Amino acid sequence: MRVTASGWIAIAGLALATVPFFKPPAFYETFLYLVFYWIVLATSWNILSGYSGYFSFGHGAFFGAGMYTTATLSGRYDWAFLWTLPAAALVAALFGTAIGAVVFRVGRLRGELFALLTLAVTFVLATVVLNTRIDGGQGVNLGGVALPAIGPTPSATFYFLALALTVITLWTARGIYQARLGTGLFAIHDDEDVAEVLGVPTLRYKLVAFGVSCALAGVAGGIHAMFVSYVTVGETFSIIVPLTVVLMSVLGGTRHWLGPTVGATIITGLVYAFTAGDYAIAGRAAVGLILVVVILFMPNGVLGRFAGRSRTPTRAPDANRTAPAAARSTAPAQTRQQRQGEILLDARGVSKAFRGVQALDRVDLQVRRGEILGLVGPNGSGKSTMINVVSGHFLLDSGRIAFGDREVSGMAAHRIAHAGIARTYQIPRPLAHMNVLENVALPAMFGRNSLGRIDAEREARDWLEFTGLAGKADALPDDLNLHQRKFLELARALASRPSLLFLDEVLSGLTPSEIDNAIATIRAIRDQGATIVFVEHVMRAVMELADRIVVLNYGRVIAEGLPQDVMQRPEVVTAYLGKPHA
Amino acid sequence: MPSFTLLAQSVLSGIFIGALYGLLGLGLSLTWGMLRQINLAHFALAFLGAYLTFQLTHGAGWDPLATLLVVVPCFFLLGASMHWLFARFAITPFNSLLVTFGLTVIVESLIQWIWTADQRLMDSAYGAVRFKLGALYVPLPELLTLVLAVALSLAAWAGLRYTDLGRAMRAAAEDAPIAAAFGVNERSLSLLLSGISAAFAGVAGLCIALSFTLAPSQIYAWIGVVFAVVMIGGLGNPIGPLVAGIVIGISESLTMALTSPAWAPLVSFSLLIVVLLARAKKI
Repeated sequence: MRVTASGWIAIAGLALATVPFFKPPAFYETFLYLVFYWIVLATSWNILSGYSGYFSFGHGAFFGAGMYTTATLSGRYDWAFLWTLPAAALVAALFGTAIGAVVFRVGRLRGELFALLTLAVTFVLATVVLNTRIDGGQGVNLGGVALPAIGPTPSATFYFLALALTVITLWTARGIYQARLGTGLFAIHDDEDVAEVLGVPTLRYKLVAFGVSCALAGVAGGIHAMFVSYVTVGETFSIIVPLTVVLMSVLGGTRHWLGPTVGATIITGLVYAFTAGDYAIAGRAAVGLILVVVILFMPNGVLGRFAGRSRTPTRAPDANRTAPAAARSTAPAQTRQQRQGEILLDARGVSKAFRGVQALDRVDLQVRRGEILGLVGPNGSGKSTMINVVSGHFLLDSGRIAFGDREVSGMAAHRIAHAGIARTYQIPRPLAHMNVLENVALPAMFGRNSLGRIDAEREARDWLEFTGLAGKADALPDDLNLHQRKFLELARALASRPSLLFLDEVLSGLTPSEIDNAIATIRAIRDQGATIVFVEHVMRAVMELADRIVVLNYGRVIAEGLPQDVMQRPEVVTAYLGKPHA
Repeated sequence: MPSFTLLAQSVLSGIFIGALYGLLGLGLSLTWGMLRQINLAHFALAFLGAYLTFQLTHGAGWDPLATLLVVVPCFFLLGASMHWLFARFAITPFNSLLVTFGLTVIVESLIQWIWTADQRLMDSAYGAVRFKLGALYVPLPELLTLVLAVALSLAAWAGLRYTDLGRAMRAAAEDAPIAAAFGVNERSLSLLLSGISAAFAGVAGLCIALSFTLAPSQIYAWIGVVFAVVMIGGLGNPIGPLVAGIVIGISESLTMALTSPAWAPLVSFSLLIVVLLARAKKI
């Protein structure tokens, strides 16, 4: 029988649980306690920061919130120690989620700015704790609090508590890594806008990850409060906790659930080995040097360098079920015939301004079910803005957009994706750390149909077949040429099975023969039942494909109608070529 | 309510401490804003400079200001070679934070090894000198700090704004490949800029040695508030850190005078949070 990673975690946990029964000297248990403690802190940090790329420097705040929760409840209100731990988790999680709810909503605050913001939160919390009754400046002494006798000795008790928390933390980290949540977080890491457009509920996922991360850090803090038995602000909220945690995770590899464990074990071991001897100062210097060398030579961490990609292996489709997608989706064609011509998307009076520029000025746009609508106009006429507004990337200033019988204006982009609208980007925006298959499976998992991973990958393989990328399934997007990246965009938009598909200049930059290919592909997509709006400058393709054309200029609709008819109108010719002065 | 004199004295001391924040922030802000490197080691360099000043003044009997003749060129070379290392490995902004943290730990250990973890206080000819300005006391070391901070900030500003070299630096910071296409030697300019930033750290070190007790662990005490100053002042802006530093310095010392010293960090970090959130909206 094959043992899963969760099984291995349990086995390792049980094996380690026997250690105290060999009655080792207490300092072994204490050393291992510290290893577990750092594993929990680093791994919990990694759940938000490593997976989603929101590097937090505020882990000390959440750890400290847990520490002071336990200190206050057990020291002042005489709660039993073990009961303070869930409270510590809750307080830390609520605190983190509240901060996340503000920070994540305000804007895209990432990278060093997010790191600084969370660090500032730490210092604010520290000041408040120091100056209020929670600490009062003297620190909290927990010497009188009874420690439950879980193990034969106090050090064994701490050992068991930390071990249990480590097992829970690793299960959680691994579970999230494998689950939709993890996939969504990794997509956020690579490109948050794209993730949202593909259907990932980014705000909710970040908040959940933040909450889980803080809860685990809170429990670790609660246990550690009892372990140190004397809690002070200076020790708790120092910059050392967040920096060490980041260092451990980066050293081990932030893109793997086991990375922080590797890093925490190495660093704790090294620090112990050096500081235990007479070379404490040299030890610190050595840790600093290791950090420098590791970041310079292994920017992706130990696991990033030595372990391959280890997500659930995906099976290639069976030989007998590689029927092209087109063959499988003929069913909706019947209903399509009946409902042809009904209005699918109805945008009325849509306006959007960027500072002084009126990108869209009271635009009315109707898209009928089953048609191919060409949206054309000179550069800067508002075509891409229109796509961004409909797909929910920009909020519109005024007007309303109805899709089917639902109002989609003002909806979050991932809910619009769920409703059945998909788009491509003019400049392909693949998720750089996911391979081609994972890129295409993502919208199948998160889009309209919300398939499980296995089904989503099967669906993705169909669309890779359809777009001619089947041979590249395992390649990373960086290894593709422009033509292939454009088709990856297309496959990704199609994999959610949209009823309305926006194509933003999919043909630009392609060679004439590639364009012929692409035109055939777009026709095939429509024949499967999707309605298509395509923005394009390649006029040959527009004339060949479009059933109807809408022309934008300076954010206004200046013409609408059949292709041959519209493109000959004087105002359209003027918009493209300028006024004839001859 | 404290007396007027007390309030005025705390505003004055706020300006002085703020000038030091600004001086420490200046080099940090320039490398962060223009080279996209978050240099934690800036603080370690400042303290290394402070200890060197201490050593030369105490051990060799130099005038504290004369130590700049040694510290500034050495630190220039140190800063430039650090940048050479970062450029050689094409390091990302976030990883620069981690690498420079590693360097900080190394420097801290070095300081501890040479000068031990004991607190050191430099006695210099300047230490005891104080002027009286009306009812207010003006200590000479703090005044020196203010003068140096203002002079260096203005020099950096004017250099970036009015010299060809400064213009080229700004162009390279905006868009390195385009600047390179117009003949800007981006590599040597960034070496120059990092060297200058490190030299600024050396000067800040002199100011720290003049007014503060030195201990290796003090390196970390400055990071939070100076980061706040740099962010509020605007990355890459040579005047911003000084202005933001003085604003924070004054609000801190007023908080100390009106409530208790322990509340002081609340002001700077709340300000930082507000600035970050306000800025995020614009992005």
